[in-house]
Parts: sequence; structure tokens; C-alpha cells
Amino acid sequence: MNKTVNQKAWFLVLPVLLLVAFSAVIPLMTVVNYSVQDAFAGDFYPLDDKLEWFKQMLASERMWNALGRQVTFSVIILAIEIPLGIFVALNMPKKGFWASLCLVLMSLPLLIPWNVVGTIWQIFGRVDIGLLGYTLSALGIDYNYTQDFYAAWITVIVMDVWHWTSLVALLAYAGLQSIPDAYYQAAKIDQASRWKVFRYIELPKMMGVLMIAILLRFMDSFMIYTEPFVVTGGGPGNSTTFLSIDLVKMALGQFDLGPAAAFSIMYYLVILLISYVFYTVMTNLDKRDGH
Amino acid sequence: MSDLAQKRAFALPKIKGNAIVMALYLLFLLLPIYWLLNMSLKTNTEILNSFTLWPADLTFDNYLTILTDASWYTGYLNSMAYVVMNMVISLAVALPAAYAFSRYSFMGDKHLFFWLLTNRMAPPAVFALPFFQLYSSVGLFDTHIAVALAHCLFNVPLAVWILEGFMRGVPKEIDETAYIDGYSFPRFFIRIFTPLVASGIGVTAFFLFMFSWVELLLSRTLTSVDAKPIAATMTRTVGAAGIDWGVLAAAGVLTILPGALVIYFVRNYIAKGFALGRV
Repeated sequence: MNKTVNQKAWFLVLPVLLLVAFSAVIPLMTVVNYSVQDAFAGDFYPLDDKLEWFKQMLASERMWNALGRQVTFSVIILAIEIPLGIFVALNMPKKGFWASLCLVLMSLPLLIPWNVVGTIWQIFGRVDIGLLGYTLSALGIDYNYTQDFYAAWITVIVMDVWHWTSLVALLAYAGLQSIPDAYYQAAKIDQASRWKVFRYIELPKMMGVLMIAILLRFMDSFMIYTEPFVVTGGGPGNSTTFLSIDLVKMALGQFDLGPAAAFSIMYYLVILLISYVFYTVMTNLDKRDGH
Repeated sequence: MSDLAQKRAFALPKIKGNAIVMALYLLFLLLPIYWLLNMSLKTNTEILNSFTLWPADLTFDNYLTILTDASWYTGYLNSMAYVVMNMVISLAVALPAAYAFSRYSFMGDKHLFFWLLTNRMAPPAVFALPFFQLYSSVGLFDTHIAVALAHCLFNVPLAVWILEGFMRGVPKEIDETAYIDGYSFPRFFIRIFTPLVASGIGVTAFFLFMFSWVELLLSRTLTSVDAKPIAATMTRTVGAAGIDWGVLAAAGVLTILPGALVIYFVRNYIAKGFALGRV
């Protein structure tokens, strides 16, 4: 749609601008303030080197380790959830009662408060009272997500797959629904194989929504806090301490406000950078499709 | 009809295979939820001393505990209160903004749009402490409105994003005709345009509800007693005698119910909504 140039449209955007500025810019400035000063008992003392906290954080092995774990986690869950979501979407009923039922049941995990998601899996995985843990230990598998590194990681990943794969599936499903019948008929005339239908019709048509799925999943997995915190508390040791968990520990637990603020800013910048790349790709896709 | 049947047969070559995949996937989704439900209907003795796939000694005591104890059920009321406030505020500011983005181009519109989106991407952990200080300093700490405003951080950008997608689908000729007919902007917007994007508004409200309802980090940080959300109240079950598993499970089940109800109403729009109106 070609849009008219109208500078007065700013007035329509103004309320959003003010509201978001209040809840984003002011707090962000507070963070910046902390990151270049020494805060102690409510007073600020100037730092000799303004970038001291940043340098300290960049040199800290702790932050790099948390970042490493975070990236590993995000990559693993994207690698599982995106293909699995597409696969589920391809297998969903197209219309009628069963389609509605699938939609409702699949959306269920998305609507559960995040700490309840954590609680569900914490219970489910317990060897004494949880179905999963009990079954695994009955099968002779040594499974203990609070003690064992691999068990903790697998639990956290399976939990995230359980929680969010439906989002990807619903998006892919919406993309599939928008493909006109004519495309399938043409493919049928050409006697295209199932794989070719997927590769040359369904996948390109899903690209736009898949980008949204990847963007949302990346952002949310990169900010994940509540679910792993409830299940493993970041342990055993530090093995599931992701960026947000580490940050909250540092800021609210140890009250190391300066370093935590420097950490926050760098954390935010990384997310912004990656999101910008996604956003550019997405808008280009939008343009190519002629929206 | 035969056309449709043909298409179905082609698009779904193995009906059986599809059904099996979906059944397995739904089983994977529902099993943990079933387990929670199962536990919520058992007594603690049964939970801890025997391993049963369904409640042998069916009891609703856990639910009664929650529904009769004020410290429990106010948690639900608090959560509901700030979720509703957040929905109203977000929609009120996002509707005109989304209209502006979908209809007009103006100085800095693309940058503004991206800047809005970046707030959806801001990690709540980064904002927890500054929010605490900001709302304490203006005397809003432990009020519903503080949580509602804090959630606007990610909900307003999301609302603008979804609504813009839906509004793009409404032909511009409608606006022009209305103006020629002498409608003023506010009257046109409320009387004609809003009903046209009603489904978009419904979907947006659903997502606002969802993200405000499931969030815990900010709502917990900004409240202590008077506005404490149910999700934070749940940590109370850890008592001197260990964890009260039955009540914990019942509280969990009760947090799922509102979401399930809301899903039912928007079931036909969910997929489109997740695609932010962009399919």
C-alpha cells in the first residue's frame, strides 16, 4: 500500500512514544548512570576510569561463560524448535473440528505463567513424584536434574521445546493456510514430489512467518530467566546459569550494581544487534513479497 | 467437493501418518499438564507415599484451600487487575499509533518503528532494578498500576506491531470515502475503522493478556504485599513441613484456566495473530 506523507501522524504516535519513553528510556538511563559510577549505599562516586566496569566485565570469565551457555542454549532450541514446528504444522488438520481442537491444545503451554512452566517440569522430572523422573529411574536410567550436568541441560531444553514449539508450529500453520489451492493443483499437474512441493511452494511461502518465529524465539530464549531458574536454579554449579540468571544474581543478589549495569548494557546491545539483522532481513522479505 | 478431496489427498498423502504425528505431539504437550492436574486432586500422603497414575483418593481440598484463603485468592485478583489495566492502556495508545504507521509515512517512521520493537527485545532482567527504583521514587511501588505500566514496555510495541499488520489489510479507500462523507477523524476512527479491525483488536488483546499474565520477574520485583501476583504467591507453599505439593499443583492448574478460556474465544484467529497479522 502506498502511504501518504503526513507529518501530523506524529500526534497519533505521541502517546506510545511518551509511554514507552517513560518505561524504557528513564530506566535505561539509570542503568547507564550506574555503569559509569561507583554506587555505594545510595550515593554515587565518580570512577577514576569511566569505563572501569565495562573493562572489568569484558575481562570477566564469568560473563563470557554465561554468554557461551546462553548462545549454546539459543542455538540448540532454535535447531530443534524450528524444524519440529514446521513438521508439526505440515501434519496439522487443515480445517474443521480437529483443526480447532489442535489449535486450542497446542496454544495451552504458551498461556501458562513461566514459573508454573518451571514448576510443572520440576515436578514432572522428580524421581520420587514425577512421571518422567519416576519412569526413567524405573527403566534404570540415572536421571537427576539437580545433580547431573547433562540431565539438567536436557531437562531445560526439553522444557523449552515443550513450551515454545507450538508457537513456531502455529506460525508455520498460518503461513501454510495462506497458500492458494491453485499452487497445489499446478504442482500436481507437474507431478511434483512431496519434497519438491515443500521445497518450492510451502517453504518459500512460509519464509515471512518463519522469520518472525525465529526472531521471537531467538529474543525470548536469549532473555530466558524464570523457567530454568525455577527448575535448576542455575545449577548444578553454574551449568545452567544463563545471562539473565547471572545478571539478576549479580544485581539483586550481590548488589554489584556497577558491573551489573555494564553487563546489562552489553547484553542489551548484543540483542539489539542480532535483532537488527533479523529485522532487516524480515522487512526485505516483506518488500519482496510486495506487501 | 471432489476438487477439495483431491487436494486433501495430495496435500496429506498419509492421513494416518499425520494423525499419529499430531497424537504424539499433543501427548507430549499434555502429559506434563495432566500430571499437574493429577497431583492437584491427590492428598499429600498419596503424592509422597505412593505412585499412582490417577488419584486413588480423589480430593478437592487443595482447591478449597486456595479458594477460601484470602492470601491465596487475592493473588489471582491482583494478577487479573494488572493484566486488565495493561490491556486497556496498551490498546488505547497502540490503536492510533498503529493507524499512523499503517496509513502515513512521516519523518523517522521506520526508525521509530524499529525503536519500538527493540523494547520488545529488552531483557526484563536488565530493567528489574531500575523499574524498582523508578516506581519506588514516584510512590507507585506495590500497586497494580506500576506492574501494568512496566508491562507496557514489551506489550505496547507488540500491540503496535500486530495491529499495524491487521490495519494494513483494510483498504485505504474506506478512509477516503468516510472523509468525503464528512466524518471527522475521531468519529471515523471510532465508528467505522475500529469495528473493521475488531478481530485484530481481539487477537491483540489476547496477546497482551498472554504476555502480561505469564511474566513474573517484573511483577515480582515491583510488588510486595498489596499487588502480589499469584505466580509469586506460589512460592509460599514451601513451609516448615516441606513443600505442600497438592496445593502447589492446584494453584498451578488454576493459573492455566484463564488462559485456556481466552484461547477458546480466539481459537480461529490464534494462528494469524501469532503471525502478527502478516499472512
